[in-house]
Amino acid sequence: MSRIHVTARVNGDKVEFLCDPRETLLDVLRDNLGLTGTKEGCGTGDCGACSVTVDGRLICSCLMLGAEAEGKEIGTVEGIANGEELHPLQVKFIEHAALQCGICTPGILVAAKNLLEHNPAPSETEVRYWLAGNLCRCTGYDKIIRAVLDTAAEIRAAN
Amino acid sequence: MRYHRPETFEEAVRLAAGAPGVTRFLLGGTDVLVQLRSGMVTPDVMIDLKGIPGISKVMRTEDGGWCIGAAVPGSKLGANADLVADWPGVVEGIELVGSTQIQSRATLTGNLCNASPAADGVPGLVAASATATVVGPHGSRIARVEDIPTGPGSTSLEPGEVISGINLPRRGENGGDAYLRFIPRSEMDIAVVGCAVNLRLDGDAVVEARVVLGAVAPTVLVLPDAAELLVGTALGEGELEKLAAAASAACKPISDKRGTIEFRTEVAGVLAKRAAKIAYSRAKG
Repeated sequence: MSRIHVTARVNGDKVEFLCDPRETLLDVLRDNLGLTGTKEGCGTGDCGACSVTVDGRLICSCLMLGAEAEGKEIGTVEGIANGEELHPLQVKFIEHAALQCGICTPGILVAAKNLLEHNPAPSETEVRYWLAGNLCRCTGYDKIIRAVLDTAAEIRAAN
Repeated sequence: MRYHRPETFEEAVRLAAGAPGVTRFLLGGTDVLVQLRSGMVTPDVMIDLKGIPGISKVMRTEDGGWCIGAAVPGSKLGANADLVADWPGVVEGIELVGSTQIQSRATLTGNLCNASPAADGVPGLVAASATATVVGPHGSRIARVEDIPTGPGSTSLEPGEVISGINLPRRGENGGDAYLRFIPRSEMDIAVVGCAVNLRLDGDAVVEARVVLGAVAPTVLVLPDAAELLVGTALGEGELEKLAAAASAACKPISDKRGTIEFRTEVAGVLAKRAAKIAYSRAKG
């Protein structure tokens, strides 16, 4: 089976990879590029653990082929912190204890960051609807929602 | 599996016509990739249409209607204020499909071609009298959206045919549409019943009506008799009751884990009334 050569950008860095036509972007990120921060949950687009951004739009990387990434700008959880300096969302998630087992957390961070880029002042309802595609079986969601709202307020105050 | 990314519809059709085995066209992939990964479908050829110029655009047509390219995702429809103003019922249908992540990818055309009886994007299109532009080995043709699905998972598209876009007519004056569905929770579920209503008024009186049900038969159902009951009325309580009875009577649902025959039949009537009221208030402006 012939492999496909793809050139894309991940978290600002140019990457090249060869992928099988059946491989998803999630497979490519984890297995070809070693970016294992993006998690596989359901593999059917229901749980959001594999959330990444493609050209600024939030998607499930399990529902996109690696071959489709040609020329795209991909954002993963590894690109959220600035080196050793955590993103305000990451700081607030720790502060609010907005995670327990942590497997949903990378996807939720990517989704929440994308929300705040679209809408710096979301209501609680907007946060809940935006994150409806990110399942968490530990926290009961409240701590996550509060962490996102608190981050939004802090970023607004800083600006 | 071979992956192709053609740059014209002609090339896509030629690839599909000459392909061995199972072919799938790829738009947002939210159904196709699930089927691929679960082994439900094992395509030999995947033809990704998103490299075709214009396929991800929403355009106003010369006659004041709309052409929605096959690869336009739901979030892009919701962000188009002029389209939402013209056809809120069409947009709210596709916007009910899945999460933020799914909205970034899922398309009206894909929702139509996946041919689920419960497709949320389809009843609104049918109520709006939308058409699909179908490109195939023998050129292109226009098909009514309601004629595309023929049963669960099957369509009237011939081998090698592909939808290039969906066409909505000019909204015109004093029109309004709405789509409602029932699910047991507030988000992220598949319709137990869906209903779209599209109306045009002259003063307080309805002069044109379309009533469409989803998830209560193998395909989307158009209810001309139920629509006729509304024409000439101002949607009083009596007419709404008759509409509900007609909608319930038209249902041919199955019982499954989402709902029983009796429940779906009852809810179809309730949703028809509610959707008609919303469409009426939108038509009033």
